[in-house]
Amino acid sequence: MTDLKEVSYEEIRHLVSDRAFSGETVLLNMGPQHPSTHGVLRLLLELDAETVVNCIPDVGFLHTGIEKNMEAKTYQKAEVMTDRMDYMNPVGNNFTYCLAVEKLTGLDVPARAQAIRVILAELTRIASHLVWLGTSALDVAAMSVFLYSFREREQILDIMELVSGQRMMTTYFRPGGVWRDVPVEFEPAVRAFLDIFPRRVDEYEALLTKNPLFLDRTRKIGVISGEEAINWGLTGASLRGSGVNYDVRKVFPYSGYEQYDFEVPLRSEGDVYARYLVRVEEMRQSLRIIRQALDTLPAGPFRSSNHKFTPPLRSEIGVSMEALIHHFKYWTEGFRPPVGSVYVATESPRGELGCFLESDGGPKPYRVHFRTPSFDNLQVLPKLGKGHLVADLVAIIGSVDIVLGDVDR
Amino acid sequence: MNEKLQPITQALIEKFSAAPQEFAGETSLVLAVESLSAAAQALHREFGFELLSCITAVDYWPQEEPRFHLIYRFTSVSQALALTLRVPVSGISPAAPSLETEYRNANWQEREVFDMFGIRFEGHSDLRRILMPADWQGHPQRKDYPLGYEEPQYTFNFDEIAARKPFAARE
Repeated sequence: MTDLKEVSYEEIRHLVSDRAFSGETVLLNMGPQHPSTHGVLRLLLELDAETVVNCIPDVGFLHTGIEKNMEAKTYQKAEVMTDRMDYMNPVGNNFTYCLAVEKLTGLDVPARAQAIRVILAELTRIASHLVWLGTSALDVAAMSVFLYSFREREQILDIMELVSGQRMMTTYFRPGGVWRDVPVEFEPAVRAFLDIFPRRVDEYEALLTKNPLFLDRTRKIGVISGEEAINWGLTGASLRGSGVNYDVRKVFPYSGYEQYDFEVPLRSEGDVYARYLVRVEEMRQSLRIIRQALDTLPAGPFRSSNHKFTPPLRSEIGVSMEALIHHFKYWTEGFRPPVGSVYVATESPRGELGCFLESDGGPKPYRVHFRTPSFDNLQVLPKLGKGHLVADLVAIIGSVDIVLGDVDR
Repeated sequence: MNEKLQPITQALIEKFSAAPQEFAGETSLVLAVESLSAAAQALHREFGFELLSCITAVDYWPQEEPRFHLIYRFTSVSQALALTLRVPVSGISPAAPSLETEYRNANWQEREVFDMFGIRFEGHSDLRRILMPADWQGHPQRKDYPLGYEEPQYTFNFDEIAARKPFAARE
């Protein structure tokens, strides 16, 4: 076995207090294998008895070089990697990437595809919030919520499987539209979910919202003001829990979000409980969007007919020479967007998910960068956790809702 | 271009002699690295861009002057505006001023750019690697860094592979 280099005290001296060196406080590793860190997050804690004096997050354990890998693949093949970043929101990652490619190439998306995308993205938002609800309640020892929330998440994953053949890594959204049209069973399946889910949200709330134990663990814990929160780059429900009204769906609408009537839940307290209330209400608002999009789901094509950038339908290939040529060119050579760069932001369940895409005119992206919400949201953890007990730190990690795949990419 | 963004870009063009670029209906400003801190300060304090959405970089290797473009994306939530700055940086000891005092989240964003591209940020409080291991050699997102393949290290071939790793050879 070889000697592995250890991080010396000198390298972290500026991050901990002097008391750590005189032995008054203790340096303790939390993670990377720890159930409450929601993945492989390592926290170096400086503790005074049970109080957190300093907290130094160490990330990168899940770094897989997705951005570098995407530079070596054509635009349509690189998309498959985006699912694997934020594995709680695979559809949303595809969404951002497709919007960026469409902006780069100037591709129009048919109204039906836009509405299907909105429905699936909102379903994924609910699924992601359900995982967050279950696990973060588990962190504060509310065991039973987890069992209920995973029951409903399963129903959403079944819908994903119905439309794409995959439960999680769907790659269902493609530049210019979606992979194929939704099957006839799609609408009844979503309606069944819409009927059952409002009652289920009430059930979760009955378990937690007025539960005195839950209130004790979450109120006035990890408080951050709105001004500080936005300066720290917080986005999503963590920012709206501090009273800043920033939802990309409202501020920079995309994919037809402007035509749906929904509210952005806001709380001003900025603590763990406020973030919980915002996310629970967001699930209800997502249901409203899904209902409207489903009621007004337009007929028509599900993918752009600009075959320079999208593959032709299988049925066309047999009868049209042009379609066959387009099919061949698309899957072998790929397509060539004009030289330039774009930045596209969408609202993922965790906040602003941005995609920076630069083209040099070739069939492969010259540079792809994802501005992932978890990366910025995690950064604020030392500030939120300082002065709290270790047990509260666990509740705070849960409340900022990080996905480590999203942090490390 | 957005009418609300027009006066802001105009002011930046005049004050910092920035060059505007139009693509896909979006304006980005190319700015000299010397005026970056002042421009960020103006965007934050005068023009109300509260959020620094993103910092990243693009490598134009083998071109050396400038080799890198730093990309800064600023968002104004209250005015629903967004603006991209592009800052060319030389390939020879690349460096840029840190925006950490203006936007706190620049800390990790700049650490990531440092880790991936080796661009140093002056005045940064904690410029360490963030995603790659602390003893890693090289900066993976540079274009002259090969897209590598790593052989899985099991117990039976651990020593053999460890001997080939760059840090083992160094010591």
